[in-house]
Amino acid sequence: MSGKDARRAMLDAIQAATEGVRDDDPAAAHAALTRPYRQVGERDAAARLDLFEERLVDYGVDVSRLHASDVASAIDEELARRRASKVVVPLGFPEAYGVGVGARERLADDASPRELDAADATVSTCAVAIAETGTIALDAGAGQGRRAASLVPDVHLCIVHASQVVAVVPEATARLEPAVKAGAPITWISGPSATSDIELVRVAGVHGPRTLLVLLVTDA
Amino acid sequence: MSDARIPLPFHEAAPRALDDGQLRRNLANVTSSIREKRAAMTSEMPDWEALRDAGKAIKEHTLANLGHYLEQLEASVTAAGGTVHWARDADEANRIVRDLVRETGTRDVVKVKSMTTDEIHLNEALAEDGVTAIETDLAELIVQLAHEPSSHILVPAIHKNRSEIRALFLEAFDLDPSELSDDPAALAGAARRFLRERFLTAKVAVSGANFAVADTGTLCVVESEGNGRMCTTLPDTLITVMGIEKVVPTWRDLEVFLQLLPRSSTAERMNPYTSFWTGVREGDGPQTFHLVLLDAGRSATLRDEAGRDTLRCIRCSACLNVCPIYERVGGHAYGSVYPGPIGAILTPQLRGAKQDGELPYASTLCGACYEVCPVKIDIPSILVEMRRRTVHKERAESRLPATSLIDAALRGAAVAFATPRRYEAAQRLARIGQAPWVRKGVLKNLPGPLAGWSDARDLRAIPKQAFRDWWRERDEKQEMDA
Repeated sequence: MSGKDARRAMLDAIQAATEGVRDDDPAAAHAALTRPYRQVGERDAAARLDLFEERLVDYGVDVSRLHASDVASAIDEELARRRASKVVVPLGFPEAYGVGVGARERLADDASPRELDAADATVSTCAVAIAETGTIALDAGAGQGRRAASLVPDVHLCIVHASQVVAVVPEATARLEPAVKAGAPITWISGPSATSDIELVRVAGVHGPRTLLVLLVTDA
Repeated sequence: MSDARIPLPFHEAAPRALDDGQLRRNLANVTSSIREKRAAMTSEMPDWEALRDAGKAIKEHTLANLGHYLEQLEASVTAAGGTVHWARDADEANRIVRDLVRETGTRDVVKVKSMTTDEIHLNEALAEDGVTAIETDLAELIVQLAHEPSSHILVPAIHKNRSEIRALFLEAFDLDPSELSDDPAALAGAARRFLRERFLTAKVAVSGANFAVADTGTLCVVESEGNGRMCTTLPDTLITVMGIEKVVPTWRDLEVFLQLLPRSSTAERMNPYTSFWTGVREGDGPQTFHLVLLDAGRSATLRDEAGRDTLRCIRCSACLNVCPIYERVGGHAYGSVYPGPIGAILTPQLRGAKQDGELPYASTLCGACYEVCPVKIDIPSILVEMRRRTVHKERAESRLPATSLIDAALRGAAVAFATPRRYEAAQRLARIGQAPWVRKGVLKNLPGPLAGWSDARDLRAIPKQAFRDWWRERDEKQEMDA
């Protein structure tokens, strides 16, 4: 009852406040806004990948470039190096890559937070990546898992295909738009978590995975 | 909102801050380092100015059509399985959140850093129900444990050094001194262990929002540490409190703000984590989502033609780091959640306490804040307009005389500055007249009402030869030489 009053009162106040400035057709006025910034990047595919890798390295991410046929062995190698024995493998993760997890204990991505906390690593794919900002975007699509899966375990190993790497932010938001409209949760990851809250000293790894590994597949 | 929550006025708080050497060193360190990085991160963008223009235009358009977009947001969030609440003021918002938390039966709430919930003092309101709201952002946790307000939008604990933080953690996490060094990585690690357990067990999280997309109902939280992802993902119930000015029309609009915000704020190409969620997603994340839309002075600000632009603010804190006043007095002196130049115009409008009228004077009007603002808020002009209003108001209430010595002085200055000849004549007069007050080339202890001015400032005495005289002499000399 009072909730309805509040809603009405706020909308009335806003209506009075925007008298004379609001548009008859807000959607048309919005569509007419100019967007004079870069909509696409100018770099070619090779330069784009170089920049993406450079940015990731700058964030402290381990990046390897490889062919699709080498992904499984690279996964096995990385998991062995991190001594990961319990691995989260999301639904839809490509089986050709998944064989790299080998005989290690597998967890599905719908495991409880407590179970995920006991896992050592998560392998996932991604939806799109942005070269200029070194960003990986997940949209809960096949192989990416639920949000908690790429968050709780301490190692996140992400497979990025060269064709998924765009140059600038507007290209990525355009690619993600269908997923957003379908209600999918989206996560942007730009390096491992970090804080500079204590005397501005940068500390890598607070609550998210402290290690982010990227396998950049050049022929996919 | 009771006045008891309003701290010291600026003119009393500022001198105390100036006397704190540690605070001033920390502030100078932080502001100068972020300033430099921000400059580098924005100058590498060939289209930075175009992004600023677009950011400004989108916000302007949204604010002009705010009612439309809020109704659209409400419809989208509801369609996506969320529940939308409307709160006219802080008390109403707090009551809504308290009721929602009470329904879940939990006593512990995890919180993502949110200026909006600081603004409405939500933690204190929850405490009245015996509910503990744990701040999960490292800096917010530090100031919460110290029972202090934040001192910087972005780095709320810059006034604390590592040994002070270690002492706080030892006590709060019940650790033996041998278990924890004062190394920032060790301190962050201790907070990770302490908070991990809270994230795994929390039933309810409370967050703010950086943006909300009207046409899709998508909420967005921008962060660095992963506590935002934890809070918006793990608990069963998520309650987001958002100022009504945070809405944007479409998902595409975020392509502008997600470029402007990290570079202006933390001086990064992109912040480590950005979470977007749309209502409720079956089997993934919180299964109950509430969005509280907060007015608390915003629609009144929107009505004000001069103040309206303030609502474009995306809370990046770039204006704090470039402000010569903020750099010296820090955040606490402003006595508000929103310090610095933006706070000096936002606080008087949102809170409007009597003492807030002096905040617009906490500025040299140098204009640096306008230069860096990612949505081009002309803060200096708004400061001047708000000063004008303060004077008019105080005159109307007879707290200021209808005309004063300052008016007379300014009128005199206007006469003197009107022509070069008058200016030079005034200068000659002043050169003679200043003699009794010149000490070592500086004007000191001026008489009468001018004393207040000269006590706090070093004004160089007018030199024996003015630049104009020197220039004229130089020309004459050159002619002679030729």
